[in-house]
Amino acid sequence: MIARLRRSLAGYGLLAPALLIFVAFSFYPLWRIIWLGLHQQNRAGTAQRWVGPSQYVDVLTGDDFREGLWITTQFVLLTVPLGVVLGILLAVAANRRLKGIKVFQVIFSSTIASSSAVTAVIFFVLLQPSVGYLSDPWIFDLLDPDRAIYAVALTGVWQNLGLTFIITLAGLQAVPEELLEASRLDGFGSVRTFFRVSLPMITPTLLFLSVALTVFGLQAFAQIDVLTDGGPARSTEVLVYKIFNATEPRRLGEGSVMSVGLFVVTALVAAAQFRILERRVHYGD
Amino acid sequence: MATDVDGRRRDLGWIRTAGWYTLLTALSVVILFPVWMTIVRALSNPVTWSFERGQPPYPVDVEWNVFSRAFNEANFDRQFVISAVATTIIVGAQLFTSVLAAYAFAFVDFRFKKLLFAVCMATLMLPIEVTLVANSRTIRELEWTNSIQGLTAPFLASALGIFLLRQGFLGIPRDLRDAAALDGFGHLRFLWRVAIPVTRPVIAAFTVLAFLGAWNSYLWPRAITDDAEWNTVQIGLRAATNANPDSLNVGVAAALIAALPVLLILAFFQRHIVRGLTAGAVKG
Repeated sequence: MIARLRRSLAGYGLLAPALLIFVAFSFYPLWRIIWLGLHQQNRAGTAQRWVGPSQYVDVLTGDDFREGLWITTQFVLLTVPLGVVLGILLAVAANRRLKGIKVFQVIFSSTIASSSAVTAVIFFVLLQPSVGYLSDPWIFDLLDPDRAIYAVALTGVWQNLGLTFIITLAGLQAVPEELLEASRLDGFGSVRTFFRVSLPMITPTLLFLSVALTVFGLQAFAQIDVLTDGGPARSTEVLVYKIFNATEPRRLGEGSVMSVGLFVVTALVAAAQFRILERRVHYGD
Repeated sequence: MATDVDGRRRDLGWIRTAGWYTLLTALSVVILFPVWMTIVRALSNPVTWSFERGQPPYPVDVEWNVFSRAFNEANFDRQFVISAVATTIIVGAQLFTSVLAAYAFAFVDFRFKKLLFAVCMATLMLPIEVTLVANSRTIRELEWTNSIQGLTAPFLASALGIFLLRQGFLGIPRDLRDAAALDGFGHLRFLWRVAIPVTRPVIAAFTVLAFLGAWNSYLWPRAITDDAEWNTVQIGLRAATNANPDSLNVGVAAALIAALPVLLILAFFQRHIVRGLTAGAVKG
C-alpha cells in the first residue's frame, strides 16, 4: 500500500512539469475562451458584463465568422488535394534506383526548411505586381480580391511539398518488395502495379497526410499576414486572421467565440488524426 | 552493349533512364525556381534589375554585401539572437518535460495513468491558434508582453514529444530493464544510463521537430510583441515586403538568412527528420 503510494507519487512528480504547462496554457485557456465568449468587455478590458449564449449564436451565425470559415475552407481545398497529388508525383519519380537519386530527394524535400514567413517573402518576389514573374496575366494576383486567395494558397502548396514528399516516399519505400515482384510476375506493367499494389498500400499514409495538411490549412496565418494583411478587400481573411484581429480587449468576447468555433473544427480533424496515428503505431507492436 | 544478346532491351532501358532523369530535373527546376529568383533579387542591385529589359532570371550588378547589410540594418542581428534564445529555451524545456512525462507513462505504475495520458494527448486539439485569445490575455496580465518569458511560456511542454518518447521507451527490451533492476538502478539512474541512450534516435528526431516548430513560429510572437525590439526573425520578415522597392534586396536577403539555421539542421540530421516526420505515418 505504502509502496504503491510511493510509486504513484514518483509518477505524478515526473508528470508535474508537463501537466503544469498544459493546465496553464492549454486547458485554462480553453475554459477561458468559453467563459469570455459569454461576456462582453469594455473598451479597456477592465470590466465585463454577462451577455450569455446569445453571443455564440450571434457570432457563429454572423457574417464575419462565416466569411472567415469559407475563406479558410477555400484555402484548405486549394492546398490539400493538390498537395497530396504532387507529393505522390514527386515520390514516385524519386523512388527508384538511379545514380544521384539522393540529390533529387534532397531537392524535393528542401521546401521543408522554409517557414511560412520565408515562403511568403519568396513568393512576394515572384508575385510582385510590377516586377514579378507569376503575376498578371497569370491566375495569381495579390491585388485582385477574386484571385488573391490563389496566390496565398500557392505559397502553401509549395511550402508543403517537402513534407508531403518525405512522408509519401517513406510510405512507398515501406511497400514490400515481394508484392511488387508478384505483380510484375503476373504480367502487370509498372503503371498498373502502382495502382493495384502501391497506391492501396500507401492509402493510410495518404490519409494521415491529408489530415495533417488540413490542420496546417486551418491554421494558416503567416503567409497572409506577410503577403496581403487579409486584403485586398478582406478577401484573404482566414479564420485565424480574424481571431488574431480580435485579441484587442473590446472584441475579446467575439474573438473567444470564434476561437471556440475554430476549436470545434480543429478537434474534429485532430481526433481523426490521432485515431489514425494510434492505429498505425499499434500495428507495428 | 551491342554484343549483348539482350542489347535491344538494354538500349530501351537507357532511354527510359534518360527519361526519368529529364523528369526529375524538370521537377527540381520547378521547385527551386522560386528560391533561385529570391537569390537573384537578393544579389542584384534592385534598381538596375528592375530597369533591365525583361527582368532577367540571373543576378545583375551584383552586390555581395547585401547579406551583411541585412544583418546590420533593421535590427536583424538582435532578432536573430532573440529567435535563437527563445528556440533554445523551448527545445530544451520540451525535451526535459517530455522525457520525464514519457518515462512516467512508460515505466512507472500510478493511478489514473490512462486518464492522464489522454489528458496530455488532448492538448493536440488545443493548438496556439485556438488558445491565442486567452493566452495572449494571460501574458498581458502577467506583463510578459515583449519578453522571453512571454515568447516561450506556452511551448514548454509538448504532447507530440511525450507521445514519441513514450513510444521509444516502450521499445526498450524487457531484458535490459530487468538487468538494470538487478543492478539496483533507481528510476533516475535507469533513465539517464539506459533509457535515454537507447532511444537517442527518437530523441534526436523529436529535437529536430521541436526546433523547426520553435524557430519558424509566427502567430504567437506576432500576437504578444508590439515593440519592434522584440521581433523574432520571422516577424522581422514582415517588414521586408513593406520595404521600398529600392531596398527590397535587403529584406529578401534577410529571408534567406532566416532559413539558413533550418537548412543546416536539416543537412546534419536528415535521417532523423525523416524518422520524426514519418513516425506514426508509416508502418514499421
